[in-house]
Amino acid sequence: MKHIKKAIETVINNDRHSGCGECQTSCQSACKTSCTVGNQECLKEIRINNKEIKQD
Amino acid sequence: MVHTFSCLYKDFAIDVESGSCFEIDSLTKALIEQKNSLDIGDFLASYAKAQIDEAKLEIDEFIKRGSLFSESNFNFESTPIDQVKALCVNISHKCNLACSYCFAGGGDYHSKETTSKNMSLATAKACIDFLIKNSGNRYNLEIDFFGGEPLLNYQTIKDAVAYGREQEKLYNKNFKFTVTTNALNLTEEMIDYFNKEMHNVVISIDGRENIHNKARPDLKGGVTFSKVVKNALVLKKKRQTSYYIRGTFTANNLDFSKDVIALADLGFDQISLEPVVLPDNHPLAIKEEHLPILLNQYEILAAEYQKRKGTDKAFNFFHFNIDLKGGPCLKKRLSGCGVGGEYLCVSVDGSIYPCHRFDGMKEYRMGDIESGIKNKEISYYFQKSNLLTKPHCNNCFAKYFCSGGCNANNLEFGGNINAAHKISCELMKKRIECAIALKVICS
Ligand code: SF4
Ligand code: SF4
Repeated sequence: MKHIKKAIETVINNDRHSGCGECQTSCQSACKTSCTVGNQECLKEIRINNKEIKQD
Repeated sequence: MVHTFSCLYKDFAIDVESGSCFEIDSLTKALIEQKNSLDIGDFLASYAKAQIDEAKLEIDEFIKRGSLFSESNFNFESTPIDQVKALCVNISHKCNLACSYCFAGGGDYHSKETTSKNMSLATAKACIDFLIKNSGNRYNLEIDFFGGEPLLNYQTIKDAVAYGREQEKLYNKNFKFTVTTNALNLTEEMIDYFNKEMHNVVISIDGRENIHNKARPDLKGGVTFSKVVKNALVLKKKRQTSYYIRGTFTANNLDFSKDVIALADLGFDQISLEPVVLPDNHPLAIKEEHLPILLNQYEILAAEYQKRKGTDKAFNFFHFNIDLKGGPCLKKRLSGCGVGGEYLCVSVDGSIYPCHRFDGMKEYRMGDIESGIKNKEISYYFQKSNLLTKPHCNNCFAKYFCSGGCNANNLEFGGNINAAHKISCELMKKRIECAIALKVICS
């Protein structure tokens, strides 16, 4: 494509792995590391990518 | 909703609902803005019709694929649950520094009754038991030793961790311990111990020597930079990853990009620098009029980050970490930090509060670590708040990365947990723009 030079397509509204609660807490507070959910990784996805568990 | 922006002399778009991100040319940017009903004036006049049609076709292609102008398609109801997964354990309210911006009142937090007290081992062990008992079937549990200065109660940390390691085997749990320290008393023995037991170590250094020394003196007003940096560099050398140097920027160092770069030049490669949160009348408070300078600082930092990437001077800046392809699930994005629910704070005396920012505020005391949560109303009050209960977030492009801001800030500055804190919002949006730009450029 000429005008759209790069694209990272994704689906945020994907509740496939919704809410297992295993990922890290994300406190935005300045007195911590100001970690927002945007800085987070999904533990389940990481494991899937590492093929440790099967994708459900 | 599609948000367009410029960063690092390039143009970008993010499709808010799908999370898809694009690097686009200025014609596409204008066409998207036009679709967003923005007045683009006579911008298109300089383009040939064929060019405009071509760009429109490309936009349409991504619309068809659900990656541009996508709609939200989920139902979410936040049902409060009585499950905890993380505790901020204020292991000591003592401190050996006198930071000028301390949100914890030098360790007092909001109550003089716990001033300069250390948590007892019995209370620290009770934190482990409480977390195991209240974590349902969650496997990964977090405990962050915080304060005050946690190293002033080091033996209790060690004993509590040893107890946690015994208990996790019995109950099939995995404790991830972290510690946040000013590193003034950090010894090699502690470093070796932390390398064995701590999932992450967070060290506070504010950047340039003069900035740090002014903001973070010891109790007699003496300088601390050299000692802290020396200790932190030993930790970095022995540990390599899973550490963070975190600092605070204030009205005193609005040019905070220089502090991040100073930390990188000292040899640290995991860095996070945070805006101070103080009432407007505090001399170090960040005010709305500072925003243009601060937003530009993020841009300067993004350029430096990009320049150093792949070199031996590269650094990781926490605010620019973003996972555009994966990232957390939707539920997490909507519910955020978990204050008062899955994340709680335990004060030195064993009182439970929604998070560390509430330590010592009697009206937010939820119970104590021995007998558990008695005031569930407080927990439900926080748990009912989420991205969808914050009207100002509805039309914000950053919402699925920010998840609605810090409820403690919202309460302190906006009067309730669902109110916006404008300065935090503007900084959040800029850091996310920079993070997206860097990620897309490097993709
Ligand atoms: S309310 Fe703010 S300080 Fe408290 S846990 Fe949430 S983000 Fe952190
Ligand atoms: S930046 Fe502000 S408006 Fe946007 S999602 Fe975060 S809290 Fe809400």
